Amino acid sequence: MQWMIEIYRSAMFKKVVMAVTGLMLFGFVIGHVAGNLKIYQGKYVDGIHQGEYKLDVYAEGLRELGAPVLGHGQALWIARIGLLLAVALHIWSAYQLTLVNRRGRPQAYQKVTPQASTYASRTMRWGGVIILFFIVYHILHLTTGSVHQSFEAGQVFHNVVRGFSNPLVSGFYILANLALGLHLYHGIWSLFQSLGLNGQRFNDLRHKIAVAFALIISLTNISFPVAVLTGVVHL
Amino acid sequence: MVLDAKIPSGSIATVWDEHRFQMKLVNPANKRKFDIIIVGTGLAGASAAATMAELGYNVKAFCFQDSPRRAHSIAAQGGINAAKNYQNDGDSIYRLFYDTVKGGDYRSREANVYRLAEVSVNIIDQCAAQGVPFAREYGGLLDNRSFGGAQVSRTFYARGQTGQQLLLGAYQALARQIEAGKVTMYPRTEMLDVVNIDGHARGIVTRNLVDGKIETHAGDAVVLATGGYGNVFYLSTNAMGSNVTAAWRAYRRGAFFANPCYTQIHPTCIPVSGEYQSKLTLMSESLRNDGRIWVPEKAGDSRAPNQIPESERDYYLERKYPSFGNLVPRDVASRNAKEVCDQGRGVGPGGLGVYLDFADAIARLGKDTVSARYGNLFEMYEKITGEDPYEVPMRIYPAVHYTMGGLWVDYHLMTTVPGLYAIGEANFSDHGANRLGASALMQGLADGYFILPYTIGDYLAKRMGDKVTTEHPAFAKVQAEVEQRIASLLAINGNRTVDSFHRELGKIMWEHCGMARNKEGLEKAIQLIGDLRQQYWSDVRVLGQSGNVNQDLEKAGRVADFLELAELMCRDALHREESCGGHFRTEHQTPEGEAKRDDENFSYVGAWQHGDGKATLHKEDLDFEYVKLTQRSYK
Amino acid sequence: MDLKLHVWRQKDASDPGSMVEYQAKDVSPDMSFLEMLDVVNESLVQKGEEPIAFDHDCREGICGACGMMINGVAHGPQRGTTTCQLHMRHFNDGDVVYIEPWRSGAFPVLKDLMVDRGAFDRIIQAGGYISVNTGSAPDANEIPVPKQAADTAFEAAACIGCGACVAQCPNGAAQLFTSAKVSHLGLMPQGQPERWRRVRGMVAQMEEEAFGSCSNHLECEAVCPKEISVDFIARMNRDYIKATFKGDDS
Repeated sequence: MQWMIEIYRSAMFKKVVMAVTGLMLFGFVIGHVAGNLKIYQGKYVDGIHQGEYKLDVYAEGLRELGAPVLGHGQALWIARIGLLLAVALHIWSAYQLTLVNRRGRPQAYQKVTPQASTYASRTMRWGGVIILFFIVYHILHLTTGSVHQSFEAGQVFHNVVRGFSNPLVSGFYILANLALGLHLYHGIWSLFQSLGLNGQRFNDLRHKIAVAFALIISLTNISFPVAVLTGVVHL
Repeated sequence: MVLDAKIPSGSIATVWDEHRFQMKLVNPANKRKFDIIIVGTGLAGASAAATMAELGYNVKAFCFQDSPRRAHSIAAQGGINAAKNYQNDGDSIYRLFYDTVKGGDYRSREANVYRLAEVSVNIIDQCAAQGVPFAREYGGLLDNRSFGGAQVSRTFYARGQTGQQLLLGAYQALARQIEAGKVTMYPRTEMLDVVNIDGHARGIVTRNLVDGKIETHAGDAVVLATGGYGNVFYLSTNAMGSNVTAAWRAYRRGAFFANPCYTQIHPTCIPVSGEYQSKLTLMSESLRNDGRIWVPEKAGDSRAPNQIPESERDYYLERKYPSFGNLVPRDVASRNAKEVCDQGRGVGPGGLGVYLDFADAIARLGKDTVSARYGNLFEMYEKITGEDPYEVPMRIYPAVHYTMGGLWVDYHLMTTVPGLYAIGEANFSDHGANRLGASALMQGLADGYFILPYTIGDYLAKRMGDKVTTEHPAFAKVQAEVEQRIASLLAINGNRTVDSFHRELGKIMWEHCGMARNKEGLEKAIQLIGDLRQQYWSDVRVLGQSGNVNQDLEKAGRVADFLELAELMCRDALHREESCGGHFRTEHQTPEGEAKRDDENFSYVGAWQHGDGKATLHKEDLDFEYVKLTQRSYK
Repeated sequence: MDLKLHVWRQKDASDPGSMVEYQAKDVSPDMSFLEMLDVVNESLVQKGEEPIAFDHDCREGICGACGMMINGVAHGPQRGTTTCQLHMRHFNDGDVVYIEPWRSGAFPVLKDLMVDRGAFDRIIQAGGYISVNTGSAPDANEIPVPKQAADTAFEAAACIGCGACVAQCPNGAAQLFTSAKVSHLGLMPQGQPERWRRVRGMVAQMEEEAFGSCSNHLECEAVCPKEISVDFIARMNRDYIKATFKGDDS
């Protein structure tokens, strides 16, 4: 068991935890964004769901995942617990590594001129905090509805459009997703490094993959409030 | 005193083998009872420390740098020779031996050189096994190149950083022994004296360069691997910290100093750009393969090089030595550069430089080929001078590079003080009056890995049970002397900086004891050095205290020793009424201006013994049984 | 040219230290940065002030002794260049230059611009070698080394151990240094028997010293005077992950 204690103590291992949980959360974000695109598909025009918003049906369908082995909503809860665990570990390793890094540079320079680091890489810590606040708000806003002015359970499309009609709310979503984009850009690239996923031919591609995903995810997410505010998507 | 090198009798090809059998061995269980002090952790010191620790001895290793990895061996560029004959081009141990003795202008000991050539092959094996990333062929086997005008390709290399890679190999071997607890490493620690008890070296006195503590260390043998003394010239290609102090203190405690006047001057260095210059940078000699050396025909021609038409240029090496041209040996190329500069035809700031022109090579081979061969050197040159050698000819000038002289040692690498050994550049042993390219690394590692660890056992085996500790009064006495010396340096509080004295000493040495020497100049130099030394001890200014980091104090002690060594070098150069290798006396040259040896009268090692009034010369005659003595000619 | 210098002065490890202003007058563009400091130091001694202490030795960019933060960049503004090889022609008359020592928890300041980099030696001692006793080596050509492997190993082995990577890293991390040695030896066939043990040992020692961890900022690569690639960091991470799960049997 000695070796497990050793890796638990190791900062390199915490980077691995950071990368693996980051990858999980990244996977979730992709799925989440892809599902959200249903907002642009409007209502079913025929069939059993005729007249219902496709987004609402999709959201309800998520609760049926795993049936008949799992009961209603169980798969969703398993996923939620998994994600919560991933978030917790992601934050824990970030906190631990921050302590290590403070120890690594106990006294600051009078003058520092960054040479290669990016705005994204330097803002991972505070960007992460902003994203955490956003996630909490997002859940209270569109999952539980606690901070939503006209929340109706199950009426996802309605909740989204009503929620985003408030420019302040939309503004915060846009801001948070810009932060998410930066966080993802450095995070995706960085996880290749931390997990040792490199190779002569692959190296250049890593940055491109990171840029592409960060852009796709944050722009798509930003498009929702914009679409509501501009009236492209409406009730 | 008759200097006995203790060369075992027998055929040169088998004598080392036979001798290894004859030498006494220390029982493996007894090795851990011996403490060995090794000063200096360059190629020789680090390899010796690692090897002796592997054998089971307790080793204390010292270096003045912050880490053993910084020793100046690291700066060697070219490569390391070994008689592997991997290229099947006719190389052999005997040929490497022969070339080295000949290259040393017949002033080295045959038996030592043969042994060096013999173990050269083991060095490559050892280094390859350590993971040294030598250059490889596509088949995965080792690549070789021909170096320094050798007729065979026997030089192993790791790009232009062979010294670095070999040193890191030895450093890593040393690190392994430090981890194993067999070596105690003392970085940032400078040796300031040797302690002899009953005629045997039994320890050293050191100064901790961080907290200034003067400490004593006792051992059963003391090994000096402290490098050369080229910095006596102030400007040289040596590292700023390279110094003679350890060797000089040993000399003052009874070790003889051999051939101090043999200095190697390297022809292709970047010239001095101003008074503030602190050191000189060497560029690989390989540049002379394609570059053409010239100066303006007329003295005082200040036109830009490309403004000077072909007809008004003097390609003096090609003119004087039609068959060798720009590839004449180092000393000939250096001397000729000085000669044309003395005629007022030198180029660049202060007129101390000659052109090394690649215009023809670029026209003939294309810029790409030239860049593939010399790209990194051109870059280095541009970094330092700000000039682009593809457009403007390089300027080069000779600089002091290596010192062949050093502490006299016998076949066992032991100095005249029993128990005190000298290895690597610190001793005088293998290069005679001139060192061949790619042989310094070979000698350092041969001494450290394969020679000293055997020969030291023969001494130690006879000294079982004779232990001393630093409690012995001799330690306190030497320690007090060291402290006194430091105190007097700090007490002078004069008007001149240490560097200003060092710079002045360098100028005297370069002028009178540099590339070309003569009686008059040397006598004058001895006078000047004596005056300067006197002035030093009354007017130097060293600030701060001894109790913490004090780099000026470190320098002050070293320069004080250089001021003494310089005089000995001049005396040695004055007494050697011949020209040989790195020692050129203008009185002794052939009508063509070639060095003229006097084998009749000077075929000996001149070893100096310290005395209160004056040093005494002792001679070790050199017998040549295998190599035929010839006079060089490069016409 | 004339320069205004702000130099970190600190008497010894226990002194808090502070920035002190100096004038560097009549600086020649052909001087190296350290020669400029030599001149300042000579004038300080003339005035009876203690000279600025800094580590330096070979002054040709290979020993790794020198190094200081120059205007917030390790080894100064020129890429792929050590402080000793940086020349004053890269500065202009009237420039203000901040000069500070390397800063990391693992590099305590000894005096002025001089720091203790012993942590690097201890990392090497924790496995940065191939265990081969003198005399026990097979013939050098017995084990062929693919040219590509030897060349890449060389690029990693070119590290001079100056510490610029640590100094520039916002976390004061030593990943580039450690990975360079792990990779050099891990790429050579001779280094295979100890490959996994080595990476575990060296990483453990690196973490024991007060270095930070790697956030993949790439600052290290940008200031490395030997331009060593961060690819070696990824390579070390890979080896470390493998080694962690392999255990001692391999």
